[in-house]
Amino acid sequence: MNAFLLVGGGGVLGALARYAVDRRLAGRRGTVVVNVLGSVVLGSLTATPLGTSAMLVVGAGFCGAFTTFSSFAVDVAEFVENGEWRLAAGYAGGTLAAALVGVVVGSWLGRVA
Amino acid sequence: MTDRIDPLLVAAGGFVGATLRYGVGLAVPGVTGTLVVNVLGSFALGAVVALMPRHRIQLLVGTGLLSSFTTYSTFAVQTVTLGPELGALNVGANYALGVVAALLGLAAGRRR
Repeated sequence: MNAFLLVGGGGVLGALARYAVDRRLAGRRGTVVVNVLGSVVLGSLTATPLGTSAMLVVGAGFCGAFTTFSSFAVDVAEFVENGEWRLAAGYAGGTLAAALVGVVVGSWLGRVA
Repeated sequence: MTDRIDPLLVAAGGFVGATLRYGVGLAVPGVTGTLVVNVLGSFALGAVVALMPRHRIQLLVGTGLLSSFTTYSTFAVQTVTLGPELGALNVGANYALGVVAALLGLAAGRRR
């Protein structure tokens, strides 16, 4: 199957799943949740790679679309514009730390699973 | 308040955003491609947020397309894979350029 269609299909599911999280946890909390969760899942795929097609759907498509850098960057930019430097640093650093730990935990889970 | 069409708009935007990101990744592989989509998408989302378009456009372009075009998970996995020094450089580049792009996008959107 065409790679673009596989990535697009995964992207549809990822965007809808993020939208569903966002409707329960509005604003930054939802953004943190999708970015950390998606990093865990993609981290697990680095340890147990699926077939090429499944990697396109789940990795590039779903995880790529479920997580979002742009919403995160706009959130940080809004903190900066309001002069809320501590919140900006805490949000940016906290998301980074949690996502990187998430990747490591995910790859560990992928290895033992 | 919520329309039945809302999830369809998010889904359509998600399809386009993910395939565009994949296309950029083919043209510019690796961490550079991720940096390109994240910086471009952050600028565009800043502009969309500042322009405050109608709810449906926001869902299609913001929640759907741009949020799927950019990615945090690939950025995080690549950062871990790069190791401490190059990883720190990758974080610095994405964070600094992404936030500056979002600030510029917000400013550009407000000027309209």
